[in-house]
Amino acid sequence: MASLDAVNKNYGDIRALRGVDFRVRAGEVVALLGPNGAGKTTAIKLLLGLMQPNTGRVRVFGGDPTDPANRMRTGAMLQVGRVPETLRVREHIDLFSSYYEKPLPLAEVLAAAGLEKLSHRKFGDLSGGQKQRVLFALAICGNPDLLFLDEPTVGLDVEARRMLWDEIRRMVDRGKTVLLTTHYLQEADALADRVAVINQGEIIAQGTPNEIKAKTSGKRIRCLTTLSIATLRQIPGVTDVKADREAVEIHAAEAEAVVRELLGLDAQLSGLEITSAGLEEAFLALTQESTRTQESSRNEIASN
Amino acid sequence: MSTAAALQNNTLNHSLNTPQIRHSPAHTATIYLKEAKYEFLKNLRLRMYTASVLSFPIMFYVLFGLVLNSHQAINGTSVSAYMIATYGTFGVMGASLFGTAAGLASDRGLGWLQVKRASPMPPFAYFAAKVITSMIFSAIIVLVLFTLGIAFGGVRMPVGDFAKLIGTLVVGSLPFSAMGLALGYFTGPNSAPATINLIYLPMSFCSGLWVPFMFLPKVVQKIALALPPYHLSQLSLGIVGAGRSGSNATHWSVLAAFTMICLGVARIGFQRDQEKMYG
Repeated sequence: MASLDAVNKNYGDIRALRGVDFRVRAGEVVALLGPNGAGKTTAIKLLLGLMQPNTGRVRVFGGDPTDPANRMRTGAMLQVGRVPETLRVREHIDLFSSYYEKPLPLAEVLAAAGLEKLSHRKFGDLSGGQKQRVLFALAICGNPDLLFLDEPTVGLDVEARRMLWDEIRRMVDRGKTVLLTTHYLQEADALADRVAVINQGEIIAQGTPNEIKAKTSGKRIRCLTTLSIATLRQIPGVTDVKADREAVEIHAAEAEAVVRELLGLDAQLSGLEITSAGLEEAFLALTQESTRTQESSRNEIASN
Repeated sequence: MSTAAALQNNTLNHSLNTPQIRHSPAHTATIYLKEAKYEFLKNLRLRMYTASVLSFPIMFYVLFGLVLNSHQAINGTSVSAYMIATYGTFGVMGASLFGTAAGLASDRGLGWLQVKRASPMPPFAYFAAKVITSMIFSAIIVLVLFTLGIAFGGVRMPVGDFAKLIGTLVVGSLPFSAMGLALGYFTGPNSAPATINLIYLPMSFCSGLWVPFMFLPKVVQKIALALPPYHLSQLSLGIVGAGRSGSNATHWSVLAAFTMICLGVARIGFQRDQEKMYG
């Protein structure tokens, strides 16, 4: 349905995307997951034909994303600073629907976006969550086959976020293909069939949400010990060690073997606590790790 | 598709710049109509727009054309009629500049134009809507001035002249819409209104739209010859019988040339945006 092949995109000296290979297949929901500035929005804008890559190939429905026939089949929810505020919700939808050949009926769009009671309101009088739902309505009103959602739930409270999730799931049930970007692993987990983790313009991991979680999740072991951090890092299975006040915090995929080793090395060890690393934290570990390897490889190149 | 063919196709699409939309003619007409209708409603409900664009020329006309000088005449034309032409020009200029430049700069700068460009909207519909809306507001301003002039200023003129004056001023909004498009591409969402005022107000004064031309200092009178509002006001004043100099053909040529230059500048901005793929 949509693909990026070996795509590089620079903004002046900033390399927003570096050799990105990525595809979205028909009927799947793919989440592009990454921190702010990772290149998620750039990827979406390339796929929408709003910009051209420096090198590489961007394809939508096997053709050019700027082809109007492809735009007919595409809907997009982008991050917008200001939407004309004096138009009513139904007027915005009416106008956008007119661009498409076979738009959904207004009532259906309003229902799908949960806007029935707000259709007469002016855009400027809506809350943040309601505004996001209008942008969502504009993305789906043309009954597109492919939906791009750039950070659809950013800035929403928990309830509004769940509502939008439900609405996105309903689109998927109707056979739509969805590409969404997010910086919440939880959101990717809740919605996506497949997740691509992007950091500093590179895709660093791809897989089902479970595979990504398996890669990132693990246990956090906290204890007071006389062992040095360097020693702790030597223990097999340890992925990261941090000093945390007088204690140390050890990250490991599996806790049991590491704890056994720890107790063997330091009989005086105390204050032992084992917790599951939070998803967000684990995701952070993943991106931080990639940042570190990216930087060290760059340093190597620089020192050569 | 082979890579070579794909590449070629890509270059082809790239060079086209404005892709052709395959809407049926009836569908295209609907899109243009809706785009214009909602652009009009958007501005009509925008107090910042109506307050500055509609009320200023009307207020000035009431004050200077009806209350203060109504029993005087300039070149044999009553002040009330004379000022329909000059404040009409002033109003048309404001409606067109603010109607195009402010909206375009904001839509470009704050991402809204990108949402529209990602949709199958014909790109030209967006610009046409702004130009048409400016013409409608121009017509409204002139009609209000006329109504006031007839009711309170004793303005009387043949229906033919009346139609000619409205037609001239409405068509005369085009050069300023073109100027607005150019400004909208080279100003940001916050700087646009101030920039418009910086151009609009001095230009109005120098063109004799506030103070009748003959009372302006000689230097300013010379500058005026290079200003588009001067030429539009002279065309309008000609109809109410207070034209000063120069043939209508000259005035129209200057306005047409100015329009082309502004459209050229706007086109540079449009292409710059396409390449930067920003707006």
